Amino acid sequence: MKKRLPLIFLFFGFLCWSCNPKHGHVENLLIKGSDTEVNLVLTLAETYMMEDPDISIAITGGGSGAGIAALINGKTSIANSSRAMKAEELTMANDRGVYPLATVLGIDAIAIIVHKDCPINEISKHQLAAIYSGRLNNWKYLGGSDEEISLYGRQSNSGTFVYFRDSIVQAEYSSDVKQMNGTAQIVEAIKNDRNGIGYVGVGYVQENKDQINQHFKVLAVKANDQSSAYLPTLASNIENGNYPITRPLFQYTNGHPKGKLRQFLRYCLSAEGQALVQKSGYFPVTKAYWKQNEQALVMGQNK
Amino acid sequence: MRRLIDRAIKGLFFLAAFLSVMVLLGIFGMLLINGIKAFAVIELSDFFFGSDWNPSAYGKPTFGILSMLVSTFLVTLGAMLIAIPLGVGAATYLAQVASNKTRLILKPIIELLAAIPSVVVGFIGIVMVGPLIARVFGLSNGLTALNGSILLAVMSLPTIITVAEDAIRAVPHNFIEGSYALGANQWTTLMRVTLPAAFSGIIAAIILGMGRAIGETMTVLMATGNALAMPQGFFDPVRTMTATIAIELGEVPYGTTHYYSLFAVGALLFIISLGINLIAENIAARYRYKA
Repeated sequence: MKKRLPLIFLFFGFLCWSCNPKHGHVENLLIKGSDTEVNLVLTLAETYMMEDPDISIAITGGGSGAGIAALINGKTSIANSSRAMKAEELTMANDRGVYPLATVLGIDAIAIIVHKDCPINEISKHQLAAIYSGRLNNWKYLGGSDEEISLYGRQSNSGTFVYFRDSIVQAEYSSDVKQMNGTAQIVEAIKNDRNGIGYVGVGYVQENKDQINQHFKVLAVKANDQSSAYLPTLASNIENGNYPITRPLFQYTNGHPKGKLRQFLRYCLSAEGQALVQKSGYFPVTKAYWKQNEQALVMGQNK
Repeated sequence: MRRLIDRAIKGLFFLAAFLSVMVLLGIFGMLLINGIKAFAVIELSDFFFGSDWNPSAYGKPTFGILSMLVSTFLVTLGAMLIAIPLGVGAATYLAQVASNKTRLILKPIIELLAAIPSVVVGFIGIVMVGPLIARVFGLSNGLTALNGSILLAVMSLPTIITVAEDAIRAVPHNFIEGSYALGANQWTTLMRVTLPAAFSGIIAAIILGMGRAIGETMTVLMATGNALAMPQGFFDPVRTMTATIAIELGEVPYGTTHYYSLFAVGALLFIISLGINLIAENIAARYRYKA
């Protein structure tokens, strides 16, 4: 028992320290949403919390839809979303006195992956739409062998699922798309499926660069049948807008962010924050979105 | 004083039993109340006989649960086809054939099987069982109903074996000795006396295992592909009712048709398990005294 005494003192000392009034009021922020953004925002939050001990940020994933639903239901301060909110979601939010406002955190690109032995190297947006809507279901039409294409995608609570459908497929997904529970599972399935094709965030592919061509292959994508194909693994292709499947990563707040919330969002867009965005496999906010961000964050100045 | 304690304890136990009944009724009531609201918008026939489930559609949302129902039944049926012979066989071996020593080693190992988290089983399904199925049957991928069935069979085995073994061991010894006395050998005794006498318990074991299989979510969510198309057989991907609820309930805003329709699916799942349990009770009761 005696041996433990110092330990106990230490424990109580810690307790006293942590409730020390000088320590200030700790503000809790809840962030929920996109699985694509969750690791990135976690990194940002961890770094930010080290600089500002008076803030405590809790982050969960669950998909963009889950984040937006939580924002509408008033259960989160920020909804991470890898897609824009739908019109009916906005009306629903307004009906409940929630006025979602988007800032753009960074840019994501979606990579198209296939099995390592797939003979195809490039694909057009048009072909992708035909494949994922079920109109084109055999590899032979793309120059491969006579095998049925095995489709992999995310589940409907994923922002990537919605983005890919609304921007690329622009029709209902084929009901034969296997809906996988996360990016890692799509990659795992493609590794084992010689007829498989799947879409995943480019961050995931870049983190696992050593597996490219060992276990799966990344396809170069053409914007249309005339243009040339670009690989998403080359950062410059995305930054100069040549790679055709990119999307902004949103952070939705209820109205103009104030106080700590605004400080955190500004940190995300600072040079330091944007460097972390790049380090996590995404791309810094492009010019087109800066104005939107400035409007959202500057106008929140009057507390 | 002693009587007072007696009464207090009796009351306490009654309260515990009463509480669990209330919780059950409460859950069912909540499912039903929320589920029924879905039918203000969805036609009953569209719900039960429509095979397209696509509430967050690009175009017009659809709420047909037929392919989900078929998926759930397909996976469970497959799981039971695998698990019943294996489970009852293992239980018989443990209860009647195995020496005490073997039993003491085997039983804890089998029970340990129940301690594997369903995510882990699902992951094994993706990286091991699925690719194996693909290779054996020459498919391009193994994310099929069969994959789910095999995994669910493994998951329901501990339940089936433990309960069935208890039932077989509970068969009175004089039954078995009587059979031997009449000149029956071990096999005949087992098939004609012991197993029929334990029938109600074995049915209970199977039903409990089936309940585990129908209600299991994470494993099927990970390992069966979740394609929305109507499955044509064990080699097609399936999306079960539980997987659908798990996938979609997180994203759905409160109070929408989609939200209520998921409760309707939940209520239906509840009614199905309830029905299976009632049937099982019925069978068990009917055979209980025949042996």
